[in-house]
Formats: sequence, C-alpha cells, structure tokens
Amino acid sequence: MKIWSNIKRPFIFAAAFLFFISACDLNGSGQKNIILVTTTSTQDSGLLDVLIPLFEKNTGYFVKTIAVGSGQAMAMGQKGEADVMLVHSPEAEKKFVEEGYGVNRRLIMRNDFIIVGPADDSAKIKGVKSSAEALKKIAEACALFVSRGDYSGTHAKEKTLWKQAEINPDGQRWYQETGLGMGQTLNVVAEKKGYTLADRGTYLALKKTIPLEILVEGDAMLLNIYHVMEVNSKMWPKVNAAGARAFADFMVSKQAQEIIGKFGVDEFGSPLFFPNAGKKVEDLGK
Amino acid sequence: MDLILQGIIKAFHLIVSFDPEVISITWLSLKISGTATLISLFVGVSVGVAVALNDFFGKRLVISIINTGMGLPPVVVGLFVTIMIWRSGPFGFLEILYTPYAMIIAQAVIATPIVMGISLAAIQNLPPNLRLQILSLGASRLQMVWVLVKESRLPLLAAVMAGFGGVISEIGASIMVGGNIKGYTRVLTTATVMETGKGNFDLAIALAIILLLLAFTINFLLTQIQQRQQSR
Repeated sequence: MKIWSNIKRPFIFAAAFLFFISACDLNGSGQKNIILVTTTSTQDSGLLDVLIPLFEKNTGYFVKTIAVGSGQAMAMGQKGEADVMLVHSPEAEKKFVEEGYGVNRRLIMRNDFIIVGPADDSAKIKGVKSSAEALKKIAEACALFVSRGDYSGTHAKEKTLWKQAEINPDGQRWYQETGLGMGQTLNVVAEKKGYTLADRGTYLALKKTIPLEILVEGDAMLLNIYHVMEVNSKMWPKVNAAGARAFADFMVSKQAQEIIGKFGVDEFGSPLFFPNAGKKVEDLGK
Repeated sequence: MDLILQGIIKAFHLIVSFDPEVISITWLSLKISGTATLISLFVGVSVGVAVALNDFFGKRLVISIINTGMGLPPVVVGLFVTIMIWRSGPFGFLEILYTPYAMIIAQAVIATPIVMGISLAAIQNLPPNLRLQILSLGASRLQMVWVLVKESRLPLLAAVMAGFGGVISEIGASIMVGGNIKGYTRVLTTATVMETGKGNFDLAIALAIILLLLAFTINFLLTQIQQRQQSR
C-alpha cells in the first residue's frame, strides 16, 4: 500500500497520457491523404464543405484542406508541400505550369470580382462601367481603399487593375493593406467604410453582416477564374500523384460541376460560382 | 449589443443541444492541449528540477534561456515546427504536418518552458536546508527529489494551469501546423477565427464562450485540488 501511494500520481498521469494519445487517431496511411491548397474564398464561401465530404465518400481519400492566399498556395506547391491546388491567379498559374511545378491545369469554375464600398459612396463610383476608371476615381477622391496585400488571386487582380488605371497606390495615405483573407478583409472594409475588390462568392456569403454595397460589376476585366492543378510528382516524389489526380478529376466531373452550379442558390437566390469545366478561358463571360 | 446577445444565445443553444460539430471541436481542443500539457509536465518538471538542484557552469545563462522561453511566441514555434516537419524538412519522413500530432508537438514546445520555469523557481524557493535534512534522514537522492517535488506541488499545479491556459488559447502555431482541417485539426481557436472570417459572428462568439468555459472548468478543477491540499 505504501508503494502504491508513492507511485499513484505518476501512474495516473501515465494512464491519462495513454488515454489522450490513443484518443488521437491517425487517419489512414500516407497514401490516403491528399493536401489540397486552396484560396480563402473557396473556404469562406462554404463551397468546399459541400464538395470535399462527397469526394471523400466517393473515393476513400482524406483531404487536408489548407486555405491560404493563391500566392502562398503556389509557394507551397512549388516546394512540393501540397498535392493539388485550386486557385484563381491565372497569370501566376501559367508561369507555375511553364516552370514545371504544376501539371494538368484544368478550368473548374468562375465567378466575378466586384468593387464594393460604403452606401454613401464618397468617391462616386457607383455605376461606373470600367473597373480601372473606378479605381482612378477612388484615388482622386483619396477615399480609403483596402487591399488584401497577401499575394492572393484577388490581390493579383487588384494590382493588374491599378496598373491599368496607371496609378501606383503603394505608400499612399488612402491605401491600406490587411494581409488577411477575403472574409476578414471585408469585415475591415465595412468597419472603416472603405472600398475594396472582392470576389462575389465571399461577398454574398458575408452580405448579411456587412453594410457594403456592390458599386462596380460586369466589367470583362473582373472575371474570376478558378483552375485546378496537380503538383508535378516527377519533381517531388513525395507528392501523392494518384490522389491529386483523383481530386482534380472529381472537380471536373459532372457530379461536382452540378453541385457547384447549384451552390448558394437556396441561400442567396443566385449561384456563387458558375461551373465551366471543359470550356476555354477565352469563351468565358461571353 | 444585439450581436453579443445573439452570440450568447447561440452559445447556450449549441451547448445544451450537444451540437455534434461543436462537441467534436471542443473535445479535440481538450485532447490536443491536454496531451501537450502532460508532455510539457514530464519534460518541464524533470528538467526544471534538475537545473534547480544542480550547480554547474552557465547555470544562470540556462535559467535566463528557460525564462525567455516562457514567453515564446506561438507563431515562432509554429513556423519552426512547420519548417522541421514539412515534406522537404529534416523530419519530413514522419509525414505529420497538418495532423493533430504536429499540433501536440508545437503546443508542447510552447508549454514546456512555462512549466519548466515555474517548477525551477518552485524548487529553488524551498528552504535550502530542507534538502540536507531529507538526506540526513537517510533518503536516497531519488527519494529526496520526490519529496521536494511533493513539497512544491502547489506551484507545480500553477505551472500546469499556466501551461494548459497558454496552449488551449493559442492560435498561431495551431493554424500553421494543423491547418484548421474540418473534423481533424480544427480546434476552438482556429474555428473562431475562421467563423469570424466567414462573417458568422454569432457562431464565433459562441465558440469563444465555450473556450472560456472550458478554460475556466479546467482551472477550477485544478484550483480545487490545489487549495484542498493547502488546507490540509
């Protein structure tokens, strides 16, 4: 009994420790895991919460979804830290494939970017047709513009638009960068009554809580296109090529495309994304 | 004001209805941070006691390093653990990035210096003659250490609370090495940030309240043990 009272406490600790360890289950072997890097917009809109469980059920793979900006997503792919990517930064993607890091880039879906801002619209951009024109007006009015500033697909698009407007916003007093995801950036913009470029999906998903309005939309420049790419397993042998292929194939399949087309209709009255698998980028938006 | 009220109502609703997702997120938080705290307890107390009881060259430097470690920023730990365990890193063969194990490792690294620093100070705070007294009563060195640890159990329980409180509320490392994967590495803190990003403030508030309740419950139980032993 004396011995028991001496070892009682460590014994209880050890028992608890074993309990905790055993409670953490390993989800299958390495071959069944897929690391999907994707953008915050696909996660914040809730689309992946619908698609991924279905894919897992169909195939038995376990998908580890890591939602980051497209820039970081591609940096991870470049180092072979991911297996498959769902991103929306076409220029960077093309370069990624050309350099041999990615293979099998396929069109999945599109929606569009919008410029949102406060209802009182101090820069008077509401209804302006050209997005570059709208940015010029914001710059002239010195109205607060909030940028993602995180090398995401949205940020890349925004930089293209500034270039088109022939304005360099870096370091300007009215130009701020959050370095956050789309959802969080929209919250910041709403709080500061500023303007920002957002993807429609995330905006619609957040609309109920943020008092921002769509001010500019419909410009061909504002198309937002999502591709799926597999990370090149010749370059990185540890990449789960079969799993990546299975996921990419699933995303272009009829079943997934139908779900994408219907996603958000019940809640928002219109789809958040338009399925486009098999089409050519040049034909979109026509 | 409306939003806060809604959040509280939602939290209450989620708790009493045993919402399966919230339960699993809470349970996972508890498992990961609990395991990490236990690991840090073993490592932290043993190293802390060893440093406290031995005199060696550079002891003050070691103690300074341990004390600095008590304020180790979680994102720094997250970054280094990520670099170590990603596929191209030195421990890439383990394939544990974006798993609960990676989170346990990161959290244990955060909690260990906290436990170590407090237990070191606790042992050093014991009267120095106590050691001689125990030894002169014929105890072996191991028995002496055990008595000292038992003597300082109150601050050691405080160390457990500080360590656990540090890791259950931590987000930087958890999101980097865990990845906030639904049903797998999504814990209370990472879920709260994500729901805020999604604009689901009521759910975010609810998760935050559950986190607070969890931290309170654990600390309440530990305090019970601590105070009961004191009054004995």
